[in-house]
Amino acid sequence: MKRRKFLRTAGTTAALTPFVYKGYPITPLSRNSVFSQIAASATINDRVMVFIELAGGNDGINTLIPLDQYGKLSNHRNNLLIPENNVLSLDGVDGAGLHPSMTDFQQMYNDGLVSIVQNVGYPQQDYSHFRSMDIWMTGSDSDEYLGSGWLGRTLEGAYPGFPDGYPNVDSPDPLALQIGSITPIALMGSSYPMGMSIASTEDFFDFIDDLGEPVPPGYYGEELEYIRLVMNQSEKYYDVLKEAAENSNNLSNKYPDTNLADQLRIVARMIGGGLQTPVYIVSIGGFDTHSGQVEAGNPDPLGGFHAELLQTLSEAVCAFQDDLELMGVADKVCGMTFSEFGRTIGENGSFGTDHGAAAPLMVFGKGVNPGIIGENPNIPAFIQNSQDLPMVHDFRQVYASVLQDWFGIEDWQGILNDNFDILPIFKGVTSTDEVAGGSDPFKVSNYPNPVSSTTTIAFMSPGAHVVINLLDVQGRHIVKIAEGQYPMGMHRVVFDRSSLNSGTYFYQVVLNGLLVTKKMLVL
Amino acid sequence: MHGGLLKKTGSLMSNLGAELPPVPAPAAAVVLNGGLDPYTGPWEFAEAAHLIRRTMFGVKKSDVELLLTMSMEDAVDYLLDVDNAPLDPPVNNYYYIDGTEEFGYDDPNVTFGDTWIHADYDEEAEGLRIESFRGWWVDQMVNQKVSIKEKMLLFWHNHFATQASEVFFGKYNYNHNRKLRENALGNFKHLTKVVTIDEMMLLYLNGFLNQAGDPDENYARELQELFTIGKDNPDHYTEDDVYQAARILTGWTIDFSTGLPGDTIFYPFLHDQQDKQFSSFYDNTVIQGSADGEAELDALLDMIFAKEEVAKFMVRKIYRWFVYYHITPTVETDIIEPLAELFRNSNYEIKPVLEKLLKSEHFFDATNKGCFIKTPIDLVVGTLRSFNLSLPGTEPFDRFYHQYLQNLMLSNMQMIPGDPPNVAGWQAFRQVPQYYRIWINSDTAKNRNQYTEGLSFGVFISPSGDVLSIDQVAFASQFSTPEDPNKLIDETVNLLLPQPISDLKKTVLKNILLSGLPNDSYWTVAWLDYINNPNDPMATEVVTIRLALMYNHILKLAEYQLA
Repeated sequence: MKRRKFLRTAGTTAALTPFVYKGYPITPLSRNSVFSQIAASATINDRVMVFIELAGGNDGINTLIPLDQYGKLSNHRNNLLIPENNVLSLDGVDGAGLHPSMTDFQQMYNDGLVSIVQNVGYPQQDYSHFRSMDIWMTGSDSDEYLGSGWLGRTLEGAYPGFPDGYPNVDSPDPLALQIGSITPIALMGSSYPMGMSIASTEDFFDFIDDLGEPVPPGYYGEELEYIRLVMNQSEKYYDVLKEAAENSNNLSNKYPDTNLADQLRIVARMIGGGLQTPVYIVSIGGFDTHSGQVEAGNPDPLGGFHAELLQTLSEAVCAFQDDLELMGVADKVCGMTFSEFGRTIGENGSFGTDHGAAAPLMVFGKGVNPGIIGENPNIPAFIQNSQDLPMVHDFRQVYASVLQDWFGIEDWQGILNDNFDILPIFKGVTSTDEVAGGSDPFKVSNYPNPVSSTTTIAFMSPGAHVVINLLDVQGRHIVKIAEGQYPMGMHRVVFDRSSLNSGTYFYQVVLNGLLVTKKMLVL
Repeated sequence: MHGGLLKKTGSLMSNLGAELPPVPAPAAAVVLNGGLDPYTGPWEFAEAAHLIRRTMFGVKKSDVELLLTMSMEDAVDYLLDVDNAPLDPPVNNYYYIDGTEEFGYDDPNVTFGDTWIHADYDEEAEGLRIESFRGWWVDQMVNQKVSIKEKMLLFWHNHFATQASEVFFGKYNYNHNRKLRENALGNFKHLTKVVTIDEMMLLYLNGFLNQAGDPDENYARELQELFTIGKDNPDHYTEDDVYQAARILTGWTIDFSTGLPGDTIFYPFLHDQQDKQFSSFYDNTVIQGSADGEAELDALLDMIFAKEEVAKFMVRKIYRWFVYYHITPTVETDIIEPLAELFRNSNYEIKPVLEKLLKSEHFFDATNKGCFIKTPIDLVVGTLRSFNLSLPGTEPFDRFYHQYLQNLMLSNMQMIPGDPPNVAGWQAFRQVPQYYRIWINSDTAKNRNQYTEGLSFGVFISPSGDVLSIDQVAFASQFSTPEDPNKLIDETVNLLLPQPISDLKKTVLKNILLSGLPNDSYWTVAWLDYINNPNDPMATEVVTIRLALMYNHILKLAEYQLA
């Protein structure tokens, strides 16, 4: 009497698979699904953007020195003031020049490879390093927390579903590569980091060469070495990074022996080696120059930490650009610096500066529209303790310009969670703003823009009858914002948008028969 | 059910070992430090954590602190003093309906929320009952007491290996597990008898087909080859011994009298009642035939367990489960042989052997710290436990869902509780020369990282929205001075990693915490800002995201794969 086994190896109706895909649950509850959906249609071209973080908050005033206000500046910076005749001049620019240690960058500017955006920051500056970094990296407002990075959202839109199914034939390479030890918040997607982070340049070479720290002797060390080797080779981009490194050699002999130069050297080698990765992030720390910004004791404004940092930056960027040219890939690569904030107008008692709101941001590469965007900051004759420079350009205007004009992403508003005016950073782009030396003698601007509740319209009156009108996008007159006789000097008019619907508007400043029209975005 | 978990595992299993790099020969120079003499060295955080890593899953800070209130001897006794109180059994939690979408199985025989362990075989339900059982088991491990019990249960499951996917009946799986559980710290010989006539095993190794005149040797072979004598020693049982043992076991089968699979039953008329003559290996023992199947089974086990090789074979397995896979000649003479003697002298009680081993100089020797490659269960359950997590969900199906996900992750790492690859158990504990290294290949290494990354960033979400995620600030808050980044990092890695890491690695962790800024005070300010404003979402997020990234980095270190 034999019985067959009653067990079955197939059957049953269990249908759990709709919940789970490749080991992860499919759920509508993913943290930033709104962004993913909005950004889902984004596609990205084959261009590359290299982001250079200047961690700590760069002193913009001593980076791009406002020579037209040198006299006022000299009142506030006894020890830090760069001697006027040491400031590096820029072709076609009268009122501003570079820190004397940036000769390489000066040459790049004069070669038409640099665009500088003045007074970049964000509304309601927080002044905390971490918060400011997070704001810059997530692309959030000052009072919100997005939880995902702006580049993470960009890449999530362009490469939907990541990390499931990646790498693949269409996307064999890392979506982003970060070298250096900063926190990779900018690359966070709605759930996962969208890029690969490598802690240091040493780690990068250890990685592609299958090397690691020496292990201790004994069983622990033996097992550790084994696991390291397998884990290293199991990294999904191991093969492509190794191949890119093997396919290419750095061709420039200009790289100095600095950590930032080493990072950029790797980036150039990866690009030259054929990696299709669109985003690279590198970093240099030390910009938090509360003390020793210039050499203390016997203050030398040409020495000190800040001079060294700017020299390191300038030399590394120049060598990187040279390398890209020699490799023949310079056309598709641009780079930009960013820093969580700027520094105070005045110096403190430790030969340094403290946290301030806005600073210039530098973009470089053959794709930029060379020049300086925006006016020099306004240095007041008298300042209070810790007084800083107000932001003029929202950092997300720069991001929007990168997304739209460099990466060709049309639907970037979903990524940045808002609409922003594009800046003419990149070639072949038209914009309502003007490049330096442009035609707005009245310095008309409004802040903040976009406008959520009120905005302040500033203008320079030559001593005239002034009318400010608000128009809609069809040019229809909506309301008169201000009218009166304004004596010579800067004036500010506060405008409350509460009666307006969200949308794009223009305000016109009419004075002495001249007309300046500016765009205003109402949220 | 086979469309999901098991099918996936099958394809992974077929790749097992295919991508392994060559294994270097173990260094011959490693000297055995310390034998079985009682350990008398320092008894501090590192030692207590080592004891917990090896006898439990993961290491909770509070568990280390508990053991450090005791002496080392008392701590080992505490771990060995297991609680055999009955557990709440697994329930029908495998049905979910959301509008028109239906998942799982609306079991007509078991009310939703009630236990199915008494339910008769139902082809439509068994796959889900087995998943419910697996999930229940994982839950028991995640919520284990400060005790060696769950680790020993898994040891016995690996030893008396059975496969739920083969014996497709939830009730048998549960009862089999319950028997191993009850005897986890009991008597090995007794447990062998229990397993021999257990329904699950009778089905798994064809014992239920074994009858007079037509013996099925399957179980009789594994009883000797895998469960007791082994093949380590070239002088072992003969093929005829397998045949004779099979004859002794004839008549033990499953009661099908109701038409459905029932309990184990012995039918004397199916039993071979002739005498059974064994080989010289067993000293030519003759076991007299009779109608008393149990007496013959006892005689068979008496004969087998009289062989010294049984204790040695088992102690080697215990050693590889708790200490390290490489058994040097010195370990054989100084550790295995004396423990085997103790095992025999204790009439195969398991506890004295574990006690001697876990209190020994050898167990606490630096050579043996951190050399154990975590099993997938150590990784999954251990990570949950180390971060003080339980599987979330108040609704039964949400609990099922989260438990199922853990098993799915485990299957991606090639270890499913209830389904070892075959009757020999997991290869990591027997495959020469790789042993533990079998667990880590290019596929599983990736999946291990993907799992810990999922926990760091909270991607496991059930239909009702219960999120399984590391609670970053709660975990950091348990340390002495979380506002001091150096101390926070030191205490975190001391808990999570088995050996100290280099200053360079700590610098990388600090750079993550400080976003590359040079001044420790930035972290201090951020942490205190959170402490003073715990309801401020931005103050919370500033520390949460940095901690999440730091934990994710630690959990991806090769060091984290070791215990």
